Amino acid sequence: MTTAQPMAATIETQPSAPPELRLARAANGDSTVEILGAWNLRALEPKVAAITARLAGIPPQTTWDLRGITRLDHAGAMMLWRAWGHCLAEKLALRPEHEIIFSHLTLVPAVATEPTSRDPLFFVVAAGNMLLSLHAHTTGVMRLLGGVVLSLLEILRHPSRAPWKEISANIYRTGAQALGITALVGFLIGVVLTYLTGQQLKTFGAEIFIVNLVGVAVIREMGPVLAAILIAGRSGSAMTAQLGVMRVTEEIDAMSVMGIPHTLRLVLPKMLALALVMPLIVLWTNAIAIFGGMVVAQAELGLNMRYFLSSLPEAVPVANLYLGLAKGVVFGFLIALLACHFGLRIEPNTESLGAGTTRSVVAAITVVIIVDAIFAVMFSHVGIY
Amino acid sequence: MSECVIELRKLWTVFGTQVVHRDISLCVKRGEILSLVGGSGSGKSTMLRQMLALQRPTRGDVLVLGHSLQHGKAADLRQLRNRWGVLFQHGALFSALSVFDNVATPLRELKALDEGLIRDLVILKLEMVGIEAKHAGKMPSSLSGGMVKRIGLARALALEPELLFLDEPTAGLDPDRSESFVRLIAEIRLALGLTVVMVTHDLDTLVSLSDRVAVLADQQIVAIGTVQEIAHKAHPFITNFFQGERGKRALEAPGLPQSAADGLSMVAHAAAVTQGH
Repeated sequence: MTTAQPMAATIETQPSAPPELRLARAANGDSTVEILGAWNLRALEPKVAAITARLAGIPPQTTWDLRGITRLDHAGAMMLWRAWGHCLAEKLALRPEHEIIFSHLTLVPAVATEPTSRDPLFFVVAAGNMLLSLHAHTTGVMRLLGGVVLSLLEILRHPSRAPWKEISANIYRTGAQALGITALVGFLIGVVLTYLTGQQLKTFGAEIFIVNLVGVAVIREMGPVLAAILIAGRSGSAMTAQLGVMRVTEEIDAMSVMGIPHTLRLVLPKMLALALVMPLIVLWTNAIAIFGGMVVAQAELGLNMRYFLSSLPEAVPVANLYLGLAKGVVFGFLIALLACHFGLRIEPNTESLGAGTTRSVVAAITVVIIVDAIFAVMFSHVGIY
Repeated sequence: MSECVIELRKLWTVFGTQVVHRDISLCVKRGEILSLVGGSGSGKSTMLRQMLALQRPTRGDVLVLGHSLQHGKAADLRQLRNRWGVLFQHGALFSALSVFDNVATPLRELKALDEGLIRDLVILKLEMVGIEAKHAGKMPSSLSGGMVKRIGLARALALEPELLFLDEPTAGLDPDRSESFVRLIAEIRLALGLTVVMVTHDLDTLVSLSDRVAVLADQQIVAIGTVQEIAHKAHPFITNFFQGERGKRALEAPGLPQSAADGLSMVAHAAAVTQGH
């Protein structure tokens, strides 16, 4: 390939003459345009708008003299080409080596960008699509749930196939490693709740009832929901991302090919682990939140910590604790189910990974709050005087 | 003016205690296609990344188009980045953007061109790499590997670069596709007069495209020259690489650029004319 070296003399590092345009009018009315200098993207870039405007102002039937061009690339040629109306000018003087560049431009069809007409019923279509996608998600979750139940039956028949290691790893990751963040948030919520309600109770001289208020609110509602939201954001997203990446890298297909069922080895351990861990996390969050409440009750209301603890069983019936723990089991199960569902639906591209993870967390938190409301209605007469 | 488009001066790269490049100097001449070959972990990709200012060498200097990447000003580097195009190994198309928007992105980033001109230029670049305009609206996830590479090349060419970097241009393509991709690169290089730096493992690509080959082994460039010159050097890596069954077959096959140029007499003619200029 010896042709390459001298040919490349057309490109130089030093900037050559700037692009220029000279319009001359002869006595008989014929006009000539001389195009001079470097007509490449780098030289044209600062003055594209001005040059485009000048090119547009040149009358038809003008003779174009392009022999003064020192450098030409596709961008420069395209500007002239567009000024000529997507074809070569009729009267044109051109250097032979530039012909090839213009010959490339014939590849571009002259049609204007096709106008994208908007469907007048687009909102109906959008609503329909939303309904269909809801249907697809519901059936998808049902199918996944069915697969998990089948895996459970399989384990009952052959206990040796139970994925103990995976379950244990998930317990550690979703439980033990979440203790710090749930403790921090639980403590702060306990502090804020006690401080705000304590101020109100003080005005009525009813400080004693802070035990009832904080106890019921935390153990029955806030502990489980708070823990669920934190775990959905922390572990749910991690589960979706993990399964999604395994989808993108075809690891799940590789497992299927080896005869390792992914519901048994990936989905079931996550669900079992989270269903087991969530009530424990709820218990932990409750304890820390109540501790936060006790600290503020002593500092702000002068309520002794020992009094707080001794009157807690009196103020909060134990049914509330059982209800909270049951909620924890259900929430953990649902968070893992939704996380796995969204993870397995991720398409092999990066955008889908991000969108799927977001959707998983939003769906999990929404479902947790909906289910919490259902619990509240169903058990409205349990554990409250 | 220096004849080197890219110059490495006494380059050292050290990761922890591991020396990857030991005092390497290299000059890429204007208008040539230089291939970097070497075993896995020999530092080819690291060297390519250093030429692109994605990674800093431990010691030494990298000069691209006369500008030092280490000591140059940020504004110079930004301008420099508009003068080279890069085709990454897996295409590195923006997965959130359509084919059209992928190629249009570097043009739009100039903030100087109007949408009509951008549209024509994008369609031109796509047509040049053999992608029809009807595919312009597709998303990268729905494309085959060969198309991704072609569109990656179109995007690399969008800013009319003087320098083209190719990282494993034919990896992951079937032999037929890879041959047509090699022909495409040869053709576009002739038409646009590009300087090309290429990292490749593929012997056929290497033999048919390269003007010169630099062999990286033992932390240094152990040989540099045309394929025929270096193929008979006595170095364990070179003997393994070129004297195996596949190597011999590739060396015997007729060079591709010549046949590509025959097929494209118009392009070759234009290039020949340009020489005189």
